Amino acid sequence: MLSDTERRELEDAVEHYPDKRGATIDALLTIQRRRGWISDDTLLEIAKFLEITVEDVDSVATFYNLVFRKPVGRHVAFVCDSISCWIKGCEQVQEQIKTLYQADLGQTSPDGRLTVLPIACLGQCERAPALMIDQDVYGNVTPEKIEQIVEKYK
Amino acid sequence: MERPLTQHIHSDGTTRTLREYVKTGGYRCLQRLSSGLAPKDLQRLVTDAGLRGRGGGGFLTGTKWSFVPMGADAPKPKYIVANGDEMEPGTFKDRVLMEGDSHGLVEGMILAGYAIDAEVGYIFLRGEYHLSAQRLTEAIAEAYAAGYLGKPLPGTKFRFDLHLHASAGRYICGEETALINALEGKRAVPRAKPPFPQTVGLWGKPTVVQNVETLYNIPHIVNKGSDWYHRLSRTQDGGTKIYGISGRVANPGWWELPLGTTAREVLERYAGGMADGIRFRGLLPGGISTAFMTEEHLDLPLDFSSIPPEVGRLGTATMIVLDDHTCPVGFVLNLEKFFARESCGWCTPCREGLPWVAKLLMSFEEGRATKDDLSLLEMHTKWLAPGHTFCGLAPGAMAPLQSALKYFRDDFEQHISLGRCPWSNKPARLKVLV
Ligand SMILES: Cc1cc2nc3c(=O)[nH]c(=O)nc-3n(C[C@H](O)[C@H](O)[C@H](O)COP(=O)(O)O)c2cc1C
Ligand code: SF4
Ligand code: FES
Repeated sequence: MLSDTERRELEDAVEHYPDKRGATIDALLTIQRRRGWISDDTLLEIAKFLEITVEDVDSVATFYNLVFRKPVGRHVAFVCDSISCWIKGCEQVQEQIKTLYQADLGQTSPDGRLTVLPIACLGQCERAPALMIDQDVYGNVTPEKIEQIVEKYK
Repeated sequence: MERPLTQHIHSDGTTRTLREYVKTGGYRCLQRLSSGLAPKDLQRLVTDAGLRGRGGGGFLTGTKWSFVPMGADAPKPKYIVANGDEMEPGTFKDRVLMEGDSHGLVEGMILAGYAIDAEVGYIFLRGEYHLSAQRLTEAIAEAYAAGYLGKPLPGTKFRFDLHLHASAGRYICGEETALINALEGKRAVPRAKPPFPQTVGLWGKPTVVQNVETLYNIPHIVNKGSDWYHRLSRTQDGGTKIYGISGRVANPGWWELPLGTTAREVLERYAGGMADGIRFRGLLPGGISTAFMTEEHLDLPLDFSSIPPEVGRLGTATMIVLDDHTCPVGFVLNLEKFFARESCGWCTPCREGLPWVAKLLMSFEEGRATKDDLSLLEMHTKWLAPGHTFCGLAPGAMAPLQSALKYFRDDFEQHISLGRCPWSNKPARLKVLV
């Protein structure tokens, strides 16, 4: 069941569109912020609220990169693997994360702390390689800096 | 040299408030609307200024607006949408503007809305731009409180409402009809054109989708006029452009410069040339959907009219440099993996063709490729050429590949003859003969 707060947030989101379906992405992201990911049950609750079918909601949930249909760790590290970051060594950054937290791309560290995902160009190419953890962006990342950066995310 | 779009951006990255924006002339031109500047006049002003879309296509903005039905019989509401999807790898210019001077986008949208008589606007922002989202949310709230939004503008009947839509990350959302589907809460697959969005767009209503940087130009054109706007530029297209550069150059970054600045100037004068001990081999002039340019093209003016079609096109003007320490095949493989992953899957040639291209390039990198693979790659550049797929993503993906096959052919062939990537220290694969 949607909590009162969640319901209120969804009601706010719907305000911005002439029909409720317009708020599908907002709804998914809003609920995901609270629950971490989108389970089948969550999908159903959102569908009910928006008065559309659960298939409609799932077709959107499975399309967009930032909607998680599987549980993720307490934090998500997005490693940019697009061209400017590739030139500047994003593969070494990825390797270092894997060594330190035992999580390859698409995996979560065994302690549930960090999920590591590749992401398309973060628009930080002038300070490549770039990394985003949750909502924080880091540029000019080197393998040596990883531990210190991730330290903040327990 | 004038830099109207970026001159007030704080160098320490802090936000610019409404008060500061107004102090430097912001929102002032809205007063001109009450003194008789009609929507048609605004359209003509932008046409005269020669403003061309900064989203990559370079379409004339005034011409685009002229297709929107106007007058009392026109469908209502009409929509103006800012395209802030900016997921083209190598591109970061819209972020610079949205983070640095958020009110400029709000004002640009009010004016563009007025020009086509659209009473509702959406800013479509990629989901990863959290700082832009935060600053635009603040700017919109400030503009509502000050009465620029949500109330009729003084002396007119025009009232404009503006919403921010943060998306959830998919490159194809940048394609304007896919963007419209995304805004409606659907999968972002492109729509058939015609009908064009200017007549049938968002929720079936007339809609204009405009790149963020394009919209930032409009208040300045209204304030200072089309002659001034033309004088900013070195070529027939009006205005300045945000040029950017990334890769192994001494000083990667962005600069607002006259439209028509050459790649050589950006590279040598602004970016300080290549990094120590690194040599230039080529560059993509504006994001990864553009063709490579090499040494011989560095003195071409980078605008929407001066680059011959057989060389390529400007795209977003944020360039990515290929250097001699980087394998061109690995470079193109990275691009094609991106395109294969971000293909929306709607049409077969792109959905099936791009992963195939990526797989072929992988076989070069792993030293398994043969001459036949080279011709297969070449064939894909024809199979996925403009007109063969539902939208521009796949043809865009072929531009760097096709030009790489032309300029860096020796490198492709070397991968075949050596049986490994010359840039990799991995040993050659043993060729198994069957
Ligand atoms: C695959 C693809 C991705 C695109 N991505 C963007 C984008 O991120 N931002 C953008 O402004 N235009 C993008 N475009 C171009 C838009 O479809 C559209 O032409 C543009 O937003 C129009 O704005 P303008 O006339 O102001 O340039 C993309 C086009 C294609 C085919
Ligand atoms: S070309 Fe690619 S991105 Fe465009 S509609 Fe076809 S599958 Fe989708
Ligand atoms: S390529 Fe990594 S931030 Fe642009």
